[in-house]
Amino acid sequence: MLGFSTVAFVLLIFLFLLREGTPFFFEVPLENFLGTGWYPTFDSFGVLPLLLGSILVTLTSIVIALPLGVATAVCVREVAPAWTREILKPMIEVLAGIPSVVLGFFGMTLLAPFIREALGVPTGLTAFTGALLLAYMALPTIISVAEDALDAVPKSYRDAALAMGATRWQTIWRVVVPGARSGILIAVMLGMGRAIGETMAVMMVTGNAARLPLSLDSIFRPVRTMTATIAAEMGEVADGSTHYHALFGLGLVLFILTFIINLAAAPAILQRRRGGGLR
Amino acid sequence: MHRHQAFEPLSRTDQRERKSRVQSTSRPLCGVLPLTPLFVLLALPILISACSSGQNSPHPTAASSALVIQNKGSDTIVNLALAWAEAYMKMHPEVRISVTGGGSGTGIAAMINGTVDIANASREIKKEEYEAAKANGHAPTEFVIARDAIAIVVHPSNPVKGLTLQQISEIYTGRITNWREVGGADDPIVLLSRESNSGTYQYMLENVIRLGDSKSKLLFSSETLLMPSSEGISSEIRHNPHAIGYDGLGYVTADQKVLGVAKDAKSPLIQPSAATVNSGAYPISRPLYMYTAQPPTGKIKEYMDWILNEGQTLVSELGFVPLH
Repeated sequence: MLGFSTVAFVLLIFLFLLREGTPFFFEVPLENFLGTGWYPTFDSFGVLPLLLGSILVTLTSIVIALPLGVATAVCVREVAPAWTREILKPMIEVLAGIPSVVLGFFGMTLLAPFIREALGVPTGLTAFTGALLLAYMALPTIISVAEDALDAVPKSYRDAALAMGATRWQTIWRVVVPGARSGILIAVMLGMGRAIGETMAVMMVTGNAARLPLSLDSIFRPVRTMTATIAAEMGEVADGSTHYHALFGLGLVLFILTFIINLAAAPAILQRRRGGGLR
Repeated sequence: MHRHQAFEPLSRTDQRERKSRVQSTSRPLCGVLPLTPLFVLLALPILISACSSGQNSPHPTAASSALVIQNKGSDTIVNLALAWAEAYMKMHPEVRISVTGGGSGTGIAAMINGTVDIANASREIKKEEYEAAKANGHAPTEFVIARDAIAIVVHPSNPVKGLTLQQISEIYTGRITNWREVGGADDPIVLLSRESNSGTYQYMLENVIRLGDSKSKLLFSSETLLMPSSEGISSEIRHNPHAIGYDGLGYVTADQKVLGVAKDAKSPLIQPSAATVNSGAYPISRPLYMYTAQPPTGKIKEYMDWILNEGQTLVSELGFVPLH
């Protein structure tokens, strides 16, 4: 019953987004929508810088978080003795509970100046800074899910590998981790969903300059993400204006993007279910 | 004053320019008195939802009872208007003043429709608005209630002493990208601005970037960092020797360097201050207005008189420039 109501809520949210967002695609000609300038107060609604900004920050954060997350999960699940695990697990869960505003404040006052000095870039408010914070935020999700996946790899796999003379290291990286790959893929997708939707911290550290991130150094330059744009501008638009619809249009694009990410994870989830175990 | 200096990330814009804000002291239905300023900030989203029904409908007592003064409009002014209302209500417990933000246009529209007594505006009333008010049988009356200077700020270590309006325009449109070109070190310029729907952004665009030329199509460079709050700007200015930003004079803290501004290359550099703003020497300043639907009478007249005289002492506390 509750499950159905969740589905109903998602549907209703989608319908609401559609209702508020679709007028935008009629009000604004396609070449304006696909343009490169986001000047909403001057009827210039180029979504590309925002879309690419969101994608750049999200992908970079996953590139940072994935190796760290999987390595941590392996460490906690396979390597660490039981008593360390008892300490590490709750600590990781505490990580997930830190409000993003706090992280954003930390990023703005400490991380951004550090990055500016360490990398010698004009400003520390960059896509990379945002990606670092997002990686940090996605880590608890990735670690917990990956850890469960590792846990679900049958003990017989490990026994077999060790019996055949594999070292512990080989067993972990050649047998256990590959055995848990669908679970790790789900971890990545969930982490990505967390990252792409994150707003507050990103808004505080990425500089919010709606530049087109196409040059190679874009990762170390400011970007503006879709979420930050919605958050920054929604409070100030007149109801029913093109700008208002444009922000809901952005919301729609975000929704579809998240939907695609989840859809991409679906085969892995289904496969896991068929396999019976959480793997 | 101290309220909007506090870091408050949830309000993407700073206090002065927040749209939906409600001072609920005159509305019993909100029942949240007494509130400390901090709690007002925290409770704001709740207040907005709790009061939105009352806020959107014409207030029935506004016209009939002289005891309630409805005051609505510009977000730049809303903090000042709140401070005035609070101070005035303390001295005159029989008067209740309700202050709401929403933007200059919202305030003037409400005045035209007769739902508020006083409209706050950070710009002059437009010709169409004046005509519409007249058509509704009003005679809009204008009061300049304070002035606002916009300071150009940089990192204290920046050797540049001042800029001409033309140079500021070229910097913010991306034609000048290195401090060397305006007499500084060989460093890239990092542009900081407020969000695009801030009134200060609009003012900078029209009067500085476009140099007051209404036909100009110049825009802020896409490299401009749009900061969600005043604190965002001051934090980056404090930390980044390459940055340039602008903000209301009242938001400038001691650890930022305020640049002098010259009208053109031949004019002297002028530092923003109450004196230079009032003499008209500082080029980036604007008057702030209040409008009443009719030449004010009774309680409203008393309140306006108080604002223009005793009330002016509060103006500088909130970072604006008093009239005298």
